[in-house]
Amino acid sequence: MTELALRLRKSGHLPVVAAAGCTVLLLLVGSLYSRNFLSADYLLLQLQIASFLGVVATGAMIVILLGGIDLSVPWLVTVGGVMSAAAAGWWGATGAAIAIPFGIACGALFGFVNGVGVAYLRVPSMIFTLGINAVAQGLIVVQTGGFAPQDRSTPTMHLIATGRSLLGIPNALLVWAVIGAATMFMLHRTVLGRAIYAVGNRERAAYLSGVDTRRVTLLCFVIAGACSAAAGVLLTGYSTKAYQAMGDAYLLPAIAAVVLGGTNILGGRGSYLGTVVGVILITLLQSILSVMQIPEMGRQVIYGVVIITMLLVYGRGRRHAD
Amino acid sequence: MNAEWRYHLSEHKGAYAAAAMFVLVFALYIGKHQTGWTVPVLTTAANKGVLLAIVAMAQTLPVLTAGIDLSVGMVFVLANCLASHLVVGSALQAGFGVVVVLAVGALCGLINGLIIVVGRLQPIITTLATGTVYFGLALGLRPVPGGDVHAGLADALTGALPGVGIPAMLIVLLAVVVVVWLPYRRSALGRAALAIGSSEPAAYMSGVAIGKTKIVTYTLAGLLAAIGGVLLTFVTYSGEASSAIGGVYTLNSIAAVVIGGTSLAGGAGSAIGSVFGAMLLRTIGDLLFVFDMEPLWQPLFQGVILLTAVSLGALQLLKVSNRLDLFR
Repeated sequence: MTELALRLRKSGHLPVVAAAGCTVLLLLVGSLYSRNFLSADYLLLQLQIASFLGVVATGAMIVILLGGIDLSVPWLVTVGGVMSAAAAGWWGATGAAIAIPFGIACGALFGFVNGVGVAYLRVPSMIFTLGINAVAQGLIVVQTGGFAPQDRSTPTMHLIATGRSLLGIPNALLVWAVIGAATMFMLHRTVLGRAIYAVGNRERAAYLSGVDTRRVTLLCFVIAGACSAAAGVLLTGYSTKAYQAMGDAYLLPAIAAVVLGGTNILGGRGSYLGTVVGVILITLLQSILSVMQIPEMGRQVIYGVVIITMLLVYGRGRRHAD
Repeated sequence: MNAEWRYHLSEHKGAYAAAAMFVLVFALYIGKHQTGWTVPVLTTAANKGVLLAIVAMAQTLPVLTAGIDLSVGMVFVLANCLASHLVVGSALQAGFGVVVVLAVGALCGLINGLIIVVGRLQPIITTLATGTVYFGLALGLRPVPGGDVHAGLADALTGALPGVGIPAMLIVLLAVVVVVWLPYRRSALGRAALAIGSSEPAAYMSGVAIGKTKIVTYTLAGLLAAIGGVLLTFVTYSGEASSAIGGVYTLNSIAAVVIGGTSLAGGAGSAIGSVFGAMLLRTIGDLLFVFDMEPLWQPLFQGVILLTAVSLGALQLLKVSNRLDLFR
């Protein structure tokens, strides 16, 4: 048993296994309350809801792997939602056709500015993305004047977010699966992926090894911006409406999911599988707490305590003496 | 003497720049203001500015050690809610209430510090999670906004000093700087905090008491955030558990710290710079009103100003001769 634990720790998969174990435990505890927690319907619905967080967490993870952090998530999600809905309002049928790529492109554009600030102007990502968040908020507020030309989602967006076209699997889950598979391929099978881990470990060493670290950083922030906006598009389709501050509830859970999945918050280490498990864990935790009708106060406290406890179990840093 | 001054200037140029910018912007604000330099205008500005300034001071301490405290806003809100219960009744009771609230704030900070030092978790994720817990507690104390506060104390602290017309809040701020920041900065602890921020392994090798320093630093951050929360209660006469207020104060405190010349990488800066950073940020927000611009433009305006301010640091890149210095 101890040997198994040691091998797990060495392989670096301990967080993934531990988080998965906690997820199962959470479901079992929930099933004591109501048997519905183990039904396929409930689980599929949770996976559908998890896919919104999953897409956001994908972008958040890539930036965290670099050793940065993206605090512009809340309003980039809103940018994705509002701009995709607005495209349909401005340009009629053509607009509806390009609504989704347009929304995502707007998010990527903000991500590009993030990348320029962090990679080329060398401003710490925490403060620069904070500023971009404010600017994105400002532009959305000014542009829509508090109300958009059109805030309803297009039928396509609605179908992608809520439909179940293939074997009863939610389309949103398929979207997350595609984005996730692409990210895994990118992280583990491409030069860019290698470079991301290298920059996260030590940018100076990566630079000396011939990696154009600034371009890698720029690219990662573009991807992160696109991911946030894509989540906004999905969310708009899901709720049939884009609204201000729709992304506020996604920043902290996304970071928590990435870290619970074993990604080092300082960058350089982590696996996408861990992020997937982390996202499912966070979504289930939120869902079970709300189904149990625990008051908001208790939910917040339990949520925070669970995150700290789990990290204390398997996410601790090294001693100085090591 | 000359060399000493030059060192002092180069070490604190961020703080001086923030102070100069604040004076400039505030002069512009007063100049355009309808009533101008009068006691009520100054008092209102001070009441708003000092709240953020104290939270920004709280944020500065962990940032100097290359950490961060994302729970300052939530401790601020928790203290606000607790104060709306406890700082009532007779003057003695109210005074005792203030002490209890500050102790709770310090306890929150202590818990952060213990988890970070003993639990060996990263500050950013620790305080993110504890911030949720503190907000939950605040929500438990005040499910709906309300409560009360000792009126005499509140009026005394949010008004102006009789006779001289100096806003009382500024005196509170000065007292906090003199009682909390200066002793901390001048003690071995403050020195150790800066050493840890510069290079933790080097500080460890030199025998700096890393654990103790960090725990005290986070505890003081909690205490300062709670002072801010109590003052907020005096300004609003009520308690409100709003995650929006907590979030805005946390994020603005980081912005104020950076504008005040403290490096997010740790090891350089001062809480006094953050005070001016906070005042500057607040005054910029108010500029729009005196210039009769639509309130709709305010978030955009503030965002652009913040981005411009932090991007100005990029000018130093022009001086870098060894390109390797760009990367850590």
